[in-house]
Amino acid sequence: MTWDWSAVSDFMPHFWDGLLVTVQILVLGSLVSFGVGLVWALLMRVPSRWVTWPVGVITEFIRNTPLLVQLFFLFYVLPEWNITFSALTTGVVAIGLHYSTYTMQVYRAGIEGVPVGQWEAATALNLPLRRTWTAVILPQAIRRVAPALGNYVISMLKDTPLLMAITVLEMLGEARLFSQQNFQFTEPLTVIGVAFIVISYLASLALRALERRLAH
Amino acid sequence: MPTDTLPNPEKSPERSSGELIRLEQVTKRFGDNTVLDHLDFSVDAGKHVTLIGPSGSGKTTILRLLMTLLKPDEGTITVDGQKLFPATEKERREARKQIGMVFQQFNLFPNMSVLRNITEAPVTVLGLSKDEAVERAEGLLDMVGLADKCDARPAQLSGGQQQRVAIARALAMRPKVLLLDEVTSALDPELVAGVLDLLRDIARTTDITMLCVTHEMNFARDISDQVLMFDSGRVIEAGAPEKIFSEPEHDRTREFLSAVL
Repeated sequence: MTWDWSAVSDFMPHFWDGLLVTVQILVLGSLVSFGVGLVWALLMRVPSRWVTWPVGVITEFIRNTPLLVQLFFLFYVLPEWNITFSALTTGVVAIGLHYSTYTMQVYRAGIEGVPVGQWEAATALNLPLRRTWTAVILPQAIRRVAPALGNYVISMLKDTPLLMAITVLEMLGEARLFSQQNFQFTEPLTVIGVAFIVISYLASLALRALERRLAH
Repeated sequence: MPTDTLPNPEKSPERSSGELIRLEQVTKRFGDNTVLDHLDFSVDAGKHVTLIGPSGSGKTTILRLLMTLLKPDEGTITVDGQKLFPATEKERREARKQIGMVFQQFNLFPNMSVLRNITEAPVTVLGLSKDEAVERAEGLLDMVGLADKCDARPAQLSGGQQQRVAIARALAMRPKVLLLDEVTSALDPELVAGVLDLLRDIARTTDITMLCVTHEMNFARDISDQVLMFDSGRVIEAGAPEKIFSEPEHDRTREFLSAVL
């Protein structure tokens, strides 16, 4: 096996395309998982079994089935009901939804960690329920759990190559395509491997900085 | 002290007559433990009433019922003629505007500045403009001696300072009733006097009705018009502080006082 630098430079244009797609998946998927996870967490606090039971079943189901199965389902089964999205949109929705079932548990812990005295003070000041959530409880809860949410972003990064299975050309997809066309596997796979490490490392540095900032 | 920043600056004798708070046949149980048993209890407007008694006797439960942090199992509670229990959520919200509370653990909002802790509810609940709320908050901060701490976060303040902010926050809503739940119990000893002095000033210069649970018997003696001795969820003795503290009639009161004084 020999290392061929010219293969690296040939691959680089494809690598940048793939990197851009990977970052898109990660950013949009994270936003979906943060938003939907928060909705799940709030729905689980509605004092009615008619809400919490179905939400519990749905999220348990999503959390305990493989992301790859969900990707295939959304990509190949939904079109049969005339619901079609681009591969990238489908992938972002699937990965975001999958991770939302984890972020909901993070939010739950954060919400339960806000001292009961905060709720009592909000009642004593007659704050409306919505305002209590938006101004008092959630800012404190999210501050507590921001580092834990960040850890899921790093996990999600490592799941982005699964989207290759539904034809999304993220980094691994680009590398595989290049390899198959040029019969050079070592260089492109090494390049994207290094890229994953670098992104993870930068993300964990950013997370640590965030943790320090939040710890006042 | 600038009296114009206080909730009800004029002592108005005509307002301090008549009942403001009324509990009728109130029962509260926690599991098998009946904390309040068909309690009847009322407080006249403008009075300063102190509840004393051993822990578990139901004093704090009364404050928490009045603040609607707890629901009674039976009985009715009204404030200024408005229903707190039984009542619809809307009636309760309306009645609750008359009541403010200061907690043992301060319970300031740590994610907000001192100023915003005080302006938040006047703006969102009373509908004050931001400028009006800030003006009111600054006046109150001046009164509690923390005018320079507007932009500080609660975590940057001492316990005594936090409690004074909490008092300002409660007063910013201009409640008719102020509930004080062991407000100095969580403070370091050297910080207690400042908070008690502030409350004495408020008691002296306003006609706000105060209901307080405290273990500071000297403070209770100073500010109270009436002291109620609780035991096992019932008022076993009530009277002027001079009488209760100097010549208690009930054995349980004597025992309690000799243990705490």
